[in-house]
Amino acid sequence: MIAYLLRRLIQSGMILLGVSFVTFLLLYVLPADPVRQIAGRSATAQTVENIRQQLGLDQPFLVQYGRYLGHLAQGDLGRSYLQKTEVAALIGARLPASLLLMAGGIACELAIGLTLGVIAALRKGRALDHGLMLGSFAVISAPQFVVGLLLLYVFAVRLDWFPVGGYGSFAHLVLPALTLGILGSGWYAQMMRSSMIEVLRADFIRTARAKGLGRLRVVLRHALPNAILPIIAMIGIDIGIFMGGLVVVESVFGWPGMGQLTWQAIQRVDIPIIMGVTLVSATAIVLGNLLADLIAPMIDPRIRLR
Amino acid sequence: MNKWLASTALAVCLATAAAAQDYTPDPNAKPGGSITITYKDDVATLDPAIGYDWQNWSMIKSLFDGLMDYVPGTTTLRPGLAESYELSEDGLTFTFHLRKGVKFHNGREMVAEDVKYSLDRVTNPETQSPGAGFFGSIAGFDKAGEGKGLEGVKVIDPQTVEITLSRPDATFLHVMALNFASVVPKEAVEEHGADFGKHPVGTGAFSLGEWTIGQRLVFAKNADYWREGVPYLDGVTFEVGQEPVVALLRLQKGEVDVPGDGIPPAKFTEVMNDPEQAARVVEGGQLHTGYITMNVTQPPFDKPEVRRAVNMALNKERITQIINGRAVPASQPLPPSMPGYAKDYKGYAFDPEAAKKLLADAGLAEGFETELYVMNTDPNPRIAQAIQQDLAAVGIKVALQNLAQANVIEAGGAGTAPMIWSGGMAWIADFPDPSNFYGPILGCAGAGEGGWNWSKYCNEALDAEAVKADSFKDPSDPARLAMWSEIYTKIMDDAPWAPVFNEQRYTMKSPRMGGADALYVDPVSIPVNYDYVYVTE
Repeated sequence: MIAYLLRRLIQSGMILLGVSFVTFLLLYVLPADPVRQIAGRSATAQTVENIRQQLGLDQPFLVQYGRYLGHLAQGDLGRSYLQKTEVAALIGARLPASLLLMAGGIACELAIGLTLGVIAALRKGRALDHGLMLGSFAVISAPQFVVGLLLLYVFAVRLDWFPVGGYGSFAHLVLPALTLGILGSGWYAQMMRSSMIEVLRADFIRTARAKGLGRLRVVLRHALPNAILPIIAMIGIDIGIFMGGLVVVESVFGWPGMGQLTWQAIQRVDIPIIMGVTLVSATAIVLGNLLADLIAPMIDPRIRLR
Repeated sequence: MNKWLASTALAVCLATAAAAQDYTPDPNAKPGGSITITYKDDVATLDPAIGYDWQNWSMIKSLFDGLMDYVPGTTTLRPGLAESYELSEDGLTFTFHLRKGVKFHNGREMVAEDVKYSLDRVTNPETQSPGAGFFGSIAGFDKAGEGKGLEGVKVIDPQTVEITLSRPDATFLHVMALNFASVVPKEAVEEHGADFGKHPVGTGAFSLGEWTIGQRLVFAKNADYWREGVPYLDGVTFEVGQEPVVALLRLQKGEVDVPGDGIPPAKFTEVMNDPEQAARVVEGGQLHTGYITMNVTQPPFDKPEVRRAVNMALNKERITQIINGRAVPASQPLPPSMPGYAKDYKGYAFDPEAAKKLLADAGLAEGFETELYVMNTDPNPRIAQAIQQDLAAVGIKVALQNLAQANVIEAGGAGTAPMIWSGGMAWIADFPDPSNFYGPILGCAGAGEGGWNWSKYCNEALDAEAVKADSFKDPSDPARLAMWSEIYTKIMDDAPWAPVFNEQRYTMKSPRMGGADALYVDPVSIPVNYDYVYVTE
């Protein structure tokens, strides 16, 4: 177990190093000059050169990357070019909101997705099943912007049940988490349905039924824990998606998460922020997957970590 | 004799000083209350030497002051921290007399040393100020980084600063009114170092109360403000990270007073068709021109006929309809509200037949293929499509390159883009003077590698004219403005640009907001002049 963990951690480190290299390289070859963005439109050629030198952006790629890694090793993510603030502070200010929304979003996805998936599996081939699956396709392809705005309009503006965007209390979290939950539930519902159908066909379920156990008890006690395995792997993937790309939901609900920070940084080639956010979300993905792999054997003892 | 000369010169100069002093306060204004403004993007920095974007420009204006300022809602200069000033006969030396008893937010009195420190700081290359170039006419600017500060800025006594220029500069007083020339206290800058932009200390009407990154900034009234009676508001809250459509919903709910990003294009018709909402929209001009640049170093745009043909092929009226008519067609680089705008100049009329003929004269009767670079946010790609259709009608086949802003700017600076639609990156004047539309975007200075003169047009004769025009002592001298009109008319003969439209500004406000309409379309404090607006309940 410990050897496994150690090996996985080293692997994770290698993956993150690779991610940092590729991102840094992409930003380096990108046909957009961060110095121009800092210097602004009225800057003289002299000013531009000065800034380039001060930031070390006149150096060859490997020197720049080496310096970045050197700072990173000391826990320094650098300073934003345009916000003139420590990247760690900028991310730190937004991370709690991102994590909270992630937790809320995943909780809603699971609550909606799993319930619908189980119901569809139990009604396999009937009208309800078809209806639910059609619905899950619809929500997967629905645009976040429209759904978010719709919920906001109905529940916040018209009915006044929740605040119109913002951050700080549980009431603020409900609508954005629900938006993510509704949109993401489609994947979970489909996956849960097929996994559940598979398990319900298994011999041990038939045995359980044959023993005379009630239907509900069979489903909840015997089928569900077995059907849920693939879902856990999926949560690991979801964490990555949530860390990287919630730009739309964040701006509809005025939620101060990392998506907006990333989006603004990309627009203006603020390399230290882009690097910092990429590394933080890559770390979250890697750890999310690791965690999913570690949890799996606790639910299904047949799985061994090697 | 000498003495007599000197005293006469002084008298002449003093006469120019206290002109256009002030602003009549609004008799209905009452103090108190606070307002909420929203923005989509986060605020980058409130350091006046650094901040240069849409959101922080007017915020910085309310936190800091410079030696000069503008009469609210207008483009008329008035003294700020300087009570008066004199200009020497040769137009090279400004003497500024500072107001007494002006206090920074930290309680210390502002003195001449602070003015010198601030100008030294903004021009020091280590500060990385995007505005450093504006101060190029101050003597010793080239040696600003050598640690001794600007040679041309001298402290005479705690209340007097003398600024010597290396060449006469008609725009200098405007430069002194830019945010970049704001006076900052040395001790606060040194205390916070690179984080001064998050802990701003100025002399302005408001001070920064709270800043929660990614969420909100709260400005509190500076009760000690040196201008009598203002600001009226007790506070201003800026909420960031809000989608403009949501800001509009919140405005309707009464939670927001001014949506800082304006009315979103998709909602514009809806708002204007609703009398109740439309009544709360204020419309005004702004110093903006949207244009197409044509790279004069690349065939076939090296031929003036081709560039004129492009100008004639554009149906500008139709293009303005794409942005709900929120603009007026443009005939020249300067916007109509800019001094020096040539009122009688009509530009190139829409005439596809004449355009085809010009192309045929240039040996391109069959037309040609080219590329138009455009920033990828709405409505710019749609505008580019309209341009594409217009040009197709005269035989010019345009491929669109929809790219992120930074990539378009890069292609423009490097000179690889044959044509660029300026939307989203268009020139909005830094200060209300015709020269501001020339140097960086049409003059030789901006035509080099990486410069903002994307057509790479460089006419040395016009550069010389521009220098002459800027050597006047009085920026609003009619002879000077006439020179500028002529420069821009000559540029249109060469047609490195096709000016398309001048965007109008539309600010929306909540029913409780008071103050003259001009304050809501203030040409300098965008979107709103926070120091002078008030609430009625």
